[in-house]
Amino acid sequence: METLLQQTVNGLVVGSVYALIALGYTMVYGILGLINFAHGDVLMVGALVALEAISLLQTHYPELGLVPTLLAGLGVSVVVCMILGYTIERTAYRRLRNAPRLAPLITAIGVSFLLQTLAMIIWGRNYHTFPQLVSTTPIEPVAGVFITPVQIVILVVSAVLMIGLVLLVNKTRLGRAMRATAENHRVASLMGVDTNKIIAATFVIGSALAAVAGVMYSSNYGIAHYAMGFMPGLKAFTAAVLGGIGNLAGAMLGGIVLGLVESIGAGYIEDMSFGFLNSSYQDIFAFIILGIVLIFRPTGLLGERVADRA
Amino acid sequence: MKITLVALAVLGLGASAVQAQEVVKLGTAAPLTGTQSHLGKDIENGVRLAVEEYNAKGVTLGGKKVKFEVMAEDDAADPKTATTVAQRLVDAGVKGVVGHLNSGASIPASRIYNEGGVPQVSPASTNPRLTQQNFKSTFRTIANDVQQGLGIGKYAATTLGKKVAIIDDRTAYGQGLADEVEKAVKASGGTVVTREFTSDKATDFLAILTRIKGKTPDVIVYSGMDTQGGPMLKQIKQLGIGAKFITGDGGCTGEIIKLAGDAIGPNAYCTQPGLPLDKMPGGKDFNARFKKRFNADVQIYAPYAYDAASAIIEAMKAANSSDPAKYAPAIGKVNFPGVIGTVAFDAKGDIKDGAVTVYQFKGGKWEPVQ
Repeated sequence: METLLQQTVNGLVVGSVYALIALGYTMVYGILGLINFAHGDVLMVGALVALEAISLLQTHYPELGLVPTLLAGLGVSVVVCMILGYTIERTAYRRLRNAPRLAPLITAIGVSFLLQTLAMIIWGRNYHTFPQLVSTTPIEPVAGVFITPVQIVILVVSAVLMIGLVLLVNKTRLGRAMRATAENHRVASLMGVDTNKIIAATFVIGSALAAVAGVMYSSNYGIAHYAMGFMPGLKAFTAAVLGGIGNLAGAMLGGIVLGLVESIGAGYIEDMSFGFLNSSYQDIFAFIILGIVLIFRPTGLLGERVADRA
Repeated sequence: MKITLVALAVLGLGASAVQAQEVVKLGTAAPLTGTQSHLGKDIENGVRLAVEEYNAKGVTLGGKKVKFEVMAEDDAADPKTATTVAQRLVDAGVKGVVGHLNSGASIPASRIYNEGGVPQVSPASTNPRLTQQNFKSTFRTIANDVQQGLGIGKYAATTLGKKVAIIDDRTAYGQGLADEVEKAVKASGGTVVTREFTSDKATDFLAILTRIKGKTPDVIVYSGMDTQGGPMLKQIKQLGIGAKFITGDGGCTGEIIKLAGDAIGPNAYCTQPGLPLDKMPGGKDFNARFKKRFNADVQIYAPYAYDAASAIIEAMKAANSSDPAKYAPAIGKVNFPGVIGTVAFDAKGDIKDGAVTVYQFKGGKWEPVQ
């Protein structure tokens, strides 16, 4: 029982990070029909910029407390990623907006390689230790379940950001414009919506979320590295597809479900299959679930509800 | 007109004087990008240092002065890429290869080197299969996993505790080593309570560690690389697991200490084929030269790469030729004092006398215990 609870907590924490990243994929897909494969690498840039900013602050203003340092580092990284997201959209994707679908997709993969290589040149090949500003020492276990302060922060921050994004899309003028653009950007522009601005805003918001996710990811595992964006990017993309790509609530649900399936799958697959399968099938387990969901619900768990997508 | 002819003749002479210095290309292949690139660069630098030092001393083969050049290729720690770069090295006419890092890359690449007639000396691949393929010119300067796995398994089961959990990263190296550990644990009277698996790209091990926690092992054996060992140690602490931790050479680095932060303690052990750098006969001096040339610390494999390159060049000197067909048989016969100790190979191509040292984390660094 303890083990099951622990696995559930593990899954929720991982899942909420996946969900946060998946939102970036799903927002861009909802509006442009483009899988932005560079999204995972924006997360990486976010983590490394934050690392750089925090190291600078710690050297020059050591008297600044832990939390202000972290917030300042996070702020710098969010701003840098927003600029980066805008630049990527402006230079790489905008010109290809009316090109065949394959062209922007391949451009996205190219941008991903470009970001990784630039990061490798700037920050080197080594793994960097990410400063532990929020403790990773577990608090007093409740019912035998160990949870660390940084994991609690991750759960809370993800929840707040997700609710914030849903409110933004559904309740604000910008959100309305985003939904209109998602539905039909030609008609939206005829109605006076500056679609270029809205699409840029989508990239900027998605990149900001990626920066936050990157900082949380690095704080949790204590590492930052130029290739770190690949795995979470891939998992979050899977989560977005699982939930129904283009659908905000779907991305969140998909992220949480994927996290739980992975965690519980890895923990119990051996017992469930009577020792026939083992934890080397951890990822396969997640993809089997994805396969089953897509067979019965080709548009994902929640489907792509056009009115809601953004 | 005459003057022009003389000038041409002089130019011609000049050109032939340059040609008298023959260029011999040595290949090196290791991951120079990706999560293990720091170890790959370590290998490349080891080879560069050896080549630069031999060039400075001057080597004459078959009456011609030769200049060695390094051609470094990135295999991205990937078996498929490894075969591509192996073919590229063979096509570029390299006379010998030092590489690869990962057993999973070395083994498929070794077939291509063998078919292309290029001798290969791996400084880091420890999977036993590499030298069991009956290839005439496949060698390694590092002890193999049969020796190391025996060392880890025996030490874990007899000194650290009877109940052992094993995690491997499903690479040829991780899996091969873990198999040997499992055998050795059972042979030493211990039990393997569970065997778990991850991938060489994962950073989250909470799920498998939670499962391991439920089996209450005395010791967790991790068979994989340092960059994952660090976060793994963190997560062991995060889950409040009190078991001891031991890992093989892939995790026996300064990097794992840096990455684990406050989560590493005297409960952590690791093993290393061969001797510690400062106990290697040429270790201290090598470290100083390496630092001076590259302004970087030796990670693990640089001395092995240096000696691998030296073995190739020494064999060329013994055969007085850089033609692989002529000098390859001489690699098996080399016997010279290298950085890591005496460099000599057995009939299979494994280094003779591959020792294994156990280290414990003490006072901020790995200290040999055995």
